[in-house]
Amino acid sequence: MVEQILQVEHLEKYYQKKHVLHDINFHVDKGEVVTLLGPSGSGKSTLIRCLNGLEEYQQGTITFEGKQINPTEKNWQQIRQKIGMVFQSYDLFPNLTVMDNILLGPTKVQKQDKFAAKKEGLDLLTRVGLEDYANAYPRQLSGGQKQRVAIVRALALHPDFMLFDEVTASLDPEMVRGILNIIQDLADVDHMTMIVVTHEMNFAQQIADRVIFLEDGHILEQTPSKQFFSAPQTKRAQEFLDSMDF
Amino acid sequence: MDHSGISVLFEGTNFERLLGGLWVTVKIAAVALIVGLILGIVLGVLRTFKNRPLRVILRLYLEFFRIVPTVVLLFLFYYILPREMNFNLPGDQLATLVFALWVAAEMSDIVRGALISVPQHQRESGKAIGLNRYQLYRYVLIPQAISLEIPATINLATRVIKTTSLLMLISVMDVINIGQQIIEANNHTHPTGVFWVYGLIFLFYFLIDYPLSWWAKRLEKKRLERANG
Repeated sequence: MVEQILQVEHLEKYYQKKHVLHDINFHVDKGEVVTLLGPSGSGKSTLIRCLNGLEEYQQGTITFEGKQINPTEKNWQQIRQKIGMVFQSYDLFPNLTVMDNILLGPTKVQKQDKFAAKKEGLDLLTRVGLEDYANAYPRQLSGGQKQRVAIVRALALHPDFMLFDEVTASLDPEMVRGILNIIQDLADVDHMTMIVVTHEMNFAQQIADRVIFLEDGHILEQTPSKQFFSAPQTKRAQEFLDSMDF
Repeated sequence: MDHSGISVLFEGTNFERLLGGLWVTVKIAAVALIVGLILGIVLGVLRTFKNRPLRVILRLYLEFFRIVPTVVLLFLFYYILPREMNFNLPGDQLATLVFALWVAAEMSDIVRGALISVPQHQRESGKAIGLNRYQLYRYVLIPQAISLEIPATINLATRVIKTTSLLMLISVMDVINIGQQIIEANNHTHPTGVFWVYGLIFLFYFLIDYPLSWWAKRLEKKRLERANG
């Protein structure tokens, strides 16, 4: 049997009185790539942010690597080292060089040996084609380059699980391909478990093992990727796919 | 007979005395600034925490020192506290204390403003790599806040240095107080002495404050150039 790395059960989330996530239930297997699809405002980002404690949830449980998470900030600090996250707005720390951005987590949070961490950081930078930029500051990089560094920064902590929250949404179209290739490579070569929120339907189709379709804070369907893109179970998902230009 | 006014500056030890007064002024301002800035950074960081009672107390502290005129603060600490609370300090130490508390209050607002203007995404990116609160402030938020707050901090320093001119009111022998004594002592021999003494004091303050103000402007310009690519 395949090992489950994450289980979400009966998750409910409110912003004050507004009910934004309704009875969310799903799991992710080790090595699996799940894409979260759905129209804007359906709760995709909110859901993915609940998974590493950036959003609080009011009910339900999240179980990660067999342990139910007790959602205190202190526990999340531990868990976040295992669950890497990359955001839409590629927020590198502007006061630090590329290398120092990458080393902050490994050396300060995980107390890794600085020399070894640096070598590994350089290897990761080489992997994304940015080995010459280790000593540059973020302001000297293009959007696509910053996003690649942000991915490296997350990987440097050796996460077991990656969350990608619309990581190409604010990039120039010609930069998007490079980022998607890196994520694809992580899936193919590293067999990284991940949840990807995206509006790139071709990419979703290509990378996902399974699609979770979300609307108005409800999971409408969870379907293997092939089936979702050829014959989704729900009418809403079909309409959504028809509305996307791909 | 009347002397030409400017010679009053060089009668006896007048010039040395004025320089000595300037030293007192600078010393009080410098110590108050150093202590106040450190305390202000701590208070500014605390004011960005979610703890409500703490925030209210620190806000009241800020408003008290901001609303009450500095003269009143000096009198309060110099005349009223010793009598009511048996709290006695020599004038110059007391002045340093009052100014440090004032600087801390103003600085806490500058630091808080700079910290909350660091984009929320920076905070989240820091959390996402597992930083705890101390690490988040130490490596991400405070370094970014500092470049935002340096010009305002230098301007605060120039205000503090200028405001030390009130110290004569609580009998501190600062440059103004000594200048006043020299004017009064030489009033008969040098009727225009007041012009020269205050002229020199003007020059002293200008020589200290103008470079600071110029520096603040330059740093701000550089920061904007950098921020706008």
